[in-house]
Amino acid sequence: METTHRPIVVPAARAPAPGNEPGPPAEPLIKTEALALHYGQTQALKNISMEIRERMVTAFIGPSGCGKSTLLRCFNRMNDLIHNVRTTGQIRIAGQDINHADVDVIELRKRVGMVFQRSNPFPKSIYENIAYALRLHGTRARSRLADIVERSLRQAALWEEVKDRLHTSALSLSGGQQQRLCIARAIAIQPEILLMDEPASALDPIATARIEDLILDLKKEFTIVIVTHNMQQAARISDHTAFFYLGDLIEMNATSTIFTNPSMKQTEDYVTGRFG
Amino acid sequence: MGLQRGHRARPLEWLVERGIFLVSLSAILMIFLIFLFVGREALPIFFGRTNSSLVQETIPVDKLDSIPKPKLKEYLGLTDSELAGLDRETLQELMALKIEGAQQAPKDKDADVNTTAWRYLLKPHQWTGYDRAEFIWQPVSQIHKYNIIPLVIGSLKATLVALMFAVPLALGAAIYVSQLAGPRTKEWLKPTIELLAGIPSVVLGFFSLIVLATVMQNLFGYQSRLNAFVAGIALGLAIIPVVFSIAEDALSSVPRSYTQAALALGSSRWQAAWKIVLPAAIPGVFAAVALGFGRGIGETMVVLMASGNASIVSWSVFDSTRTMTATIAAELAETVFGGHHYRMLFMIGTLLFVVTFLSNLAGDLIIHRLKGRLEGKR
Repeated sequence: METTHRPIVVPAARAPAPGNEPGPPAEPLIKTEALALHYGQTQALKNISMEIRERMVTAFIGPSGCGKSTLLRCFNRMNDLIHNVRTTGQIRIAGQDINHADVDVIELRKRVGMVFQRSNPFPKSIYENIAYALRLHGTRARSRLADIVERSLRQAALWEEVKDRLHTSALSLSGGQQQRLCIARAIAIQPEILLMDEPASALDPIATARIEDLILDLKKEFTIVIVTHNMQQAARISDHTAFFYLGDLIEMNATSTIFTNPSMKQTEDYVTGRFG
Repeated sequence: MGLQRGHRARPLEWLVERGIFLVSLSAILMIFLIFLFVGREALPIFFGRTNSSLVQETIPVDKLDSIPKPKLKEYLGLTDSELAGLDRETLQELMALKIEGAQQAPKDKDADVNTTAWRYLLKPHQWTGYDRAEFIWQPVSQIHKYNIIPLVIGSLKATLVALMFAVPLALGAAIYVSQLAGPRTKEWLKPTIELLAGIPSVVLGFFSLIVLATVMQNLFGYQSRLNAFVAGIALGLAIIPVVFSIAEDALSSVPRSYTQAALALGSSRWQAAWKIVLPAAIPGVFAAVALGFGRGIGETMVVLMASGNASIVSWSVFDSTRTMTATIAAELAETVFGGHHYRMLFMIGTLLFVVTFLSNLAGDLIIHRLKGRLEGKR
């Protein structure tokens, strides 16, 4: 089923420099304006306005039920799947309103990849897990598929562990390996943005450390937004941190500022562990 | 008080547990007993102990006293108690009848053939008046012809047509209901399809006999109005809810996380359903089809009414056909109790039992393997 993809997101001109110093960025990659979201009668997000910069790691923190995962799922419109969801306000990715009626949600999700809380590889072989998305988006030649599969697995730091058993079931991998496979699968189709919803919360400390290393590595190429419950994790890997509470964006700033010198009392209470 | 184990600590629960276990065993026992009964009635056929030839060796009446009892019993086809209950004159009369019957046997080369031998059940035979060897089921003709091949073919034909009609529809509906439909649509669609299972098969048979057969004949213009095709479609209607219900369960029990992952990679809902969810649910879908096959081959009323019941050997679905089940239903009431026709029908029943058992077993094995492969154990 070949669909003609109309570019819905104009790819932002990527900085040619290999470094990723914060520098003065021209335009944020993701920008929300007065974003609100209701599940039926319940309001999950209230008036969120924020900017997320390109090729940075942005962490969303906050107590359970604060709306951080909901916001994350707005960026690739996964909330569309839930019945009775209503959003108001705007989300612009590279300048384009992604909730506009003309937007092809499939094209959007191709540009905005996602990694879920619990690893969810397909019950297929390791190779097929990655090749599935590639075929979906029109890559058919075997040699090219094999190349991209290898490259993605290398990027996800999984290649050395699985190169001899690419055709065994992905479900035979350990939890941490499965999660890295999911990351490899997400980056195989070259998204611009990678959304991660507590990607390490179901993993042991060693597997978590590997995922964190991986994230630091991946931000050279992708813009990463990560939801996490683990504040040390946010401090270790993110450039910017946003703190949410009961559907409100309380504060967003450079990570070092949030953790050492927050401007809001609530943020300070949360990051110092006084509540949450 | 003390730390007591098992039934001593909670005697009531222990009793209930045992009770339920016994009840569940009784279900297995019932099926086993049914099989035993059906099999017992058919045993003489399996061991070649029946003889349906019209010309049989006779014993003169005056030799009544000189033949041993077991032989007499077998000769007259009596049981021990029956033999004991008959006086001498009746026995003599029975023997005379036997001789009379042998004298009236038709002058036919087939008259002395034991048509219940396996060779005649399975292989074609050139009967008197036929110009070539054929498979023929004609239990009530002068020569009892018991070839079961036409019935086996009839059953398979009707069931395969039914599966070809029902599986795509039921599977499509299952994919739609479990993966694509909104909650509102699902709410009424699922029970409605499952409601089909509640239609008595005699109603389905009646409907296909009166309405469906005519509509189909007008549509396709074939010759015999009632045939394997009509029976298959009607049978398909009976199978659809079975296949749908199990396939839908299997598809719905595929973790939502697979669908989410597929959608997040930019699949359409259809692509996610077809390429990810369906392959993951294949064991369950296979089970649904296997069960549909079992239901189809065992269904009686629909095929009895809609198939035309002519035991013809032909691969054309537009010829009238006769299934194993319909044969049992139509003929059993008219057979002589304990006679070869009666035993033959029980043999067919045993065959049906074996076929469904084997298909279920094969289905189970395949499902097990597929599951193992999906879970990465193989």
